[in-house]
Amino acid sequence: MPILEVENIHSYYGNIHALKGISLTVDKGEIVTLIGANGAGKSTTLRTICGLLKPREGCVRFDGEDLAPCKPHDLIFKGMSMVPEGRRIFSRLTVSENLEMGAYTRRKGPELVADLERVFTLFPRLKERRKQVGGTLSGGEQQMLATGRALMAHPRLLLMDEPSMGLAPVLVESIFDTIVQINKEGTTILLVEQNALMALSIAARGYVLQTGEIVLQDSADELKKNKMIQKSYLGME
Amino acid sequence: MKNKSSYWAKTLQNGLIGGGISLLLSVVGLVLAFGKTYIISGVLTMAQVFVLAPFLFEATQSIRQLPSKEPIKTLLVGGLTGLLGGAVLALFILINNFINIRSVLINVSPDLVNLLTFHLPLVAGLLALLGISLVVGLVAAGVFMLPDRIRGALSQAVMVVVLVGLFRDLIVTVILHWGWVQYAFLWIFAQSGLTIISALLLFALVGGLGYWSAGRNRKAIAANRTPRQQKVVRWGTLGVLGLIALLLPAILGSYFSEILDNVGIYILMGLGLNIVVGFAGLLDLGYVAFYAIGAYTLGMLTTSEAVGLLHLSFWVALPVALVVAVAAGVILGLPILRLRGDYLAIVTLGFGEIIRIVVLSDWLKPLLGGSEGIQRIGKPAIGGLVLANQQQLYYLILVCILIAGFIAIRLKDSHLGRSWMALREDEDVAEAMGINKVTTKLLAFAMGALFSGLGGVLFATKVGSIYPQSFSFIVSINILSLIIVGGMGSIPGVFVGGLALVGLPLLLSQFADFRYLIYGAVLVIMMLRKPEGLAPEARRRLELHEDDAGPGLQEELQTVTKNPGR
Repeated sequence: MPILEVENIHSYYGNIHALKGISLTVDKGEIVTLIGANGAGKSTTLRTICGLLKPREGCVRFDGEDLAPCKPHDLIFKGMSMVPEGRRIFSRLTVSENLEMGAYTRRKGPELVADLERVFTLFPRLKERRKQVGGTLSGGEQQMLATGRALMAHPRLLLMDEPSMGLAPVLVESIFDTIVQINKEGTTILLVEQNALMALSIAARGYVLQTGEIVLQDSADELKKNKMIQKSYLGME
Repeated sequence: MKNKSSYWAKTLQNGLIGGGISLLLSVVGLVLAFGKTYIISGVLTMAQVFVLAPFLFEATQSIRQLPSKEPIKTLLVGGLTGLLGGAVLALFILINNFINIRSVLINVSPDLVNLLTFHLPLVAGLLALLGISLVVGLVAAGVFMLPDRIRGALSQAVMVVVLVGLFRDLIVTVILHWGWVQYAFLWIFAQSGLTIISALLLFALVGGLGYWSAGRNRKAIAANRTPRQQKVVRWGTLGVLGLIALLLPAILGSYFSEILDNVGIYILMGLGLNIVVGFAGLLDLGYVAFYAIGAYTLGMLTTSEAVGLLHLSFWVALPVALVVAVAAGVILGLPILRLRGDYLAIVTLGFGEIIRIVVLSDWLKPLLGGSEGIQRIGKPAIGGLVLANQQQLYYLILVCILIAGFIAIRLKDSHLGRSWMALREDEDVAEAMGINKVTTKLLAFAMGALFSGLGGVLFATKVGSIYPQSFSFIVSINILSLIIVGGMGSIPGVFVGGLALVGLPLLLSQFADFRYLIYGAVLVIMMLRKPEGLAPEARRRLELHEDDAGPGLQEELQTVTKNPGR
């Protein structure tokens, strides 16, 4: 049963035709990855799913419900939350306040406390630094904070935009380990990545995006074996 | 080696800067204009302070950057800085002797030259000028070699004596309101400035107090208090402040009460704009529009003249005016929801101008009076008492500020306050967190318009007549500067900024046209020295001065996060 269905969307920036008919589905409980080079349209696809960009054609369905009439701020109520590209934490707010902002739409109560505990268990570093202002965190910590903030909304579907961006390889691995763990705890994940090798190593399925079109789609294992993928994305000859 | 040359170069630079400042003050005419105004009667004139204070300041700057405090080197550097400053002036006077500078700079009169050379013949006068500059520099160095505690007390005492002497006229105006109590204080002042004896007494008093309080370890005393004592101290301070606020109009008299009223109205509007700009980060340059709308709605509804509408009483018209202002805020908010930053500023700027031009137009003249404005606006009455004069209106304004301040404080850490903050930081992410951009932004504009409208209502009833000229662009800019000077997003900052920005020009009124020179200089220095504002918000201070954010600040932030309701 698909939690997210994207059907033939066409998005534009002014006159630039950025997405030329993208279709993809994410099933409940999966990790699905969207890989592609710079400017392929990965982030645009996410922005369109989130409603920050309205598609001129096509539709996005969440739990079978068309999202066209929804505003960006409605999506979090439906159970979708996002870790934006480049972290974009609230740099002047403390770590605790950032996490509280993630739970903006929720009532105070034992569930919220439990979710906060869960975030702190996933990222013990955040607990140590919870009184610190977000802007003073390191890049890796900021990525943890952005992920934690998205989790505080208790989403069923988590959209992650390039969590590995600008991080040291060691940190990338730990972030990806956490993604697997979050998924195991029951959150469906759509992962947009440039680091194809890492993304395919944790995902069940993958889509390959090139200049606004999906050129390949398959299980992650098959994609890893694909000659074209190996050559252009995995750096193998 | 590099270090050595760098501080000699710095000394040279500081000396020239000191001379430059003195020269500038002389050339613009400030020095001559106050040549006969005394700070200490018969001893020290304001002109002397204006000429020599820059040397003193620059000499301390030179000494501060010295790596070690060897007495000889300190004296050398201080004296050299002072001497260089004097040399700049002396050189200028010499040049003036050969070329007539007055044909270009009209203030360079023989009187000025006489004043700068102490009414001595040219050569002797120049030597005297250089000698005194040198002495000033050496004094700065000498003071610097004293122990910290004495130096602190000394500089405090000098500062107070100079300030009291400088503002003699203002202080006397206030004192004259005090009935028989005035005789207890009037003897302090001479015809111009302080008397010698009172200056000495004041110096001893302030210096002694400064020395004593510097010896007390305040932190240790505060830490030793029991929670009960702490409570008493906190409420005691609040009580004293409240009492002073209540008694101010009686203490200051009607002239200063009017100034207080103006400051109050600005603070009220500052609180509102602080929500829009400081909390929600929406740069609104047309804030005056809501002020005008509030004032004109009240004027239209309560005036006893023919132009009015209904001739209502103040209390009936007040809520109508506020509703109209809020509605205007929402109407302005709607079309500009998509705009950010500079674009938003330009559109709001345009809105402010539209309102002023509409008010001025012939089209609405039967209602709004065009350029003749609206006269005889209703005054508020409580029971049988009409709040007619400035002192009575002060209390109405005070109540409004208290209410507005309370609302602002409660909003700041509320759910809504947090959404404003998130929207200010990152609009897209805030939306992704589930914040409704439309309602949140509109609420910010509406709250801002509410306070501004209230300010307009109070202004209209205070002045009694309103004209389109009172609602120009400069009002928006003043209120924005008030917030920036006080500290963006900080509520105490609004009060400090209001007092500084509206109060300062009034304090400086005795300097006539020169007050804008001083005012501008103070603003520039302030923004260089304290870019985060005079009373900044804890998190903003942290952002701009990360290195010196001590444990105290961390603690403060912690308590803020712990009790969001505070």
